Amino acid sequence: MIEIQNLTKKYGDVVAVQDLNFQVEKGTIWGLLGPNAAGKTTTMRILTGYHPATDGNVRVGGYSVFEDPNEVKKLTGYLPEIIPLYPDMTVQSFLNFTAEIKQIPSSQKKEAVDKAVEVSDLGPVRKRLIKNISRGFKQRVGIAQALIHNPQVLVLDEPTIGLDPAQIIEIRNLIKSLKGEHTILLSTHILAEVTQVCDGVVIINEGQLMASGSLEELTSSYTEKEGVFVRLKQRNKETQTLLENFQGVEKVTPEDHGYRVEWSKGKDLRSELNKLIVEKDLGLLEMKPLTMNLEDIYLKVISGGMEQ
Amino acid sequence: MKNIWAVCKKEISAYFTSPIAYVVITVFLVLVGFFFHSLILWFNTQSMQMAKNPQMLQKLNINQMVYSPLFHNISTILLLVIPLLTMRLFAEEKKIKTDELLFTSPLSINQIILGKYFASLFVLVVMLALSGILSIFTFAYGNPELPPILNGYLGLFLMGAAFIAVGIFFSSLTENQIVAAVLTFGALLLFWILNWASQSTGGIWQSVINYLSFFQHFDDMTKGILDTSDLVYYLSFAFFGLFLTHSFIQSRRWR
Repeated sequence: MIEIQNLTKKYGDVVAVQDLNFQVEKGTIWGLLGPNAAGKTTTMRILTGYHPATDGNVRVGGYSVFEDPNEVKKLTGYLPEIIPLYPDMTVQSFLNFTAEIKQIPSSQKKEAVDKAVEVSDLGPVRKRLIKNISRGFKQRVGIAQALIHNPQVLVLDEPTIGLDPAQIIEIRNLIKSLKGEHTILLSTHILAEVTQVCDGVVIINEGQLMASGSLEELTSSYTEKEGVFVRLKQRNKETQTLLENFQGVEKVTPEDHGYRVEWSKGKDLRSELNKLIVEKDLGLLEMKPLTMNLEDIYLKVISGGMEQ
Repeated sequence: MKNIWAVCKKEISAYFTSPIAYVVITVFLVLVGFFFHSLILWFNTQSMQMAKNPQMLQKLNINQMVYSPLFHNISTILLLVIPLLTMRLFAEEKKIKTDELLFTSPLSINQIILGKYFASLFVLVVMLALSGILSIFTFAYGNPELPPILNGYLGLFLMGAAFIAVGIFFSSLTENQIVAAVLTFGALLLFWILNWASQSTGGIWQSVINYLSFFQHFDDMTKGILDTSDLVYYLSFAFFGLFLTHSFIQSRRWR
């Protein structure tokens, strides 16, 4: 649904995005990750037709952003990082205005506004001035404005920034509920959010693509060793040597309450290890698999610069 | 057309839900009322004096003695209030980042500019129409000629339309409303008094400078003369202002 090919954007001599390539499949949610000033917002602005690119091509729903910008804009809903709201308008009149400029026929305008209000749960503040509503409601007005013309593609730039934990969960659920019908590209700094919401991620740094793929793909390709964390009653030198000498184990690292036991990728020594612990009566308290979470992958990708 | 109307409607409601339109219109009307009142008083004393001299009485003309100077006064007030009316049009959008909404909606830049332009024109028309109420008194107690008055108002409207285009251009340059207003005021004043410079030059430059000056074209219109060259001047001035705005917004997107 979204195809970005060899995208480059320069501001004068400063390269904001360089030779970026990625795709987002229809009906999926993808996260765009990267440190501050990595080029996330620039990529989103180009995608939504706010900025032209210096080079490369961006297609949304088959239309080129540079050749048919209006078609792309009709297909796309965009929530910028700073929510574009007119403080002196009421929520209702603001949504009416956005419905008009997104070219919803006047016969369907009322319906579209009502639906956006319902989906974003804006009922209680509908008649209030935007400057008087809370941050959480403002964020939802921003989402409502992006959704109002029922776009196939939603581009959300840090949709949960500045919200309290309960509001974050609400917005996250809202985004999840939009999956399937809409294709969503969102940027965020909260990696847990990506794990919960997104089907895939694109990690960029300094304008360049560092990694992209579904979460499973990334986890498997960035995992070098598998293993478990074990917590034992018996914690001494002997136990460590015992674990180290166990067939197949490559590395044992003592940690605060137990050991990290690692072996090479593809093997599973869990049941054998369990047997050993029981036989030697080491007193098993806890055993959990060591998995790469997104945070590990992210840090590895950003610091290591490994390209995939 | 529908898109222009959507933007225009939003701008008009922004003018009238904030105090801007009310303050600008009120100040405008108070000043116009003051000038009108003083001119009428002056006209009154003149006619008293001339009543003693029947030959002079023939020269008494309310159009020339009240309306012509009044139009000049109104045009000066417009010079002051129009920068205040136009300063927020683009500067505010940029400041509060709502331009991101406008430019990522399926609207063309021209539609956005024209929507905003027509909204300001609407406020101008409201101002001029309300000031026209004063003429009830001159028509009730005197017999001025209507066509020169209408011509004068047409002149004010055209000049205001040109001023607004200049104001929109300067508003698109900056995100600071005060900077936009000061630049607009400076530019308008410069074009206003450009004909002063013509006195020190001669030949072709004199006529070029005179042609460029707002004042020269407006003077004719207050006297009831409708010249196509004046119409062309104001319309091309407005067009040029809007064209520059479009070019500037377009070029900035590329940077």
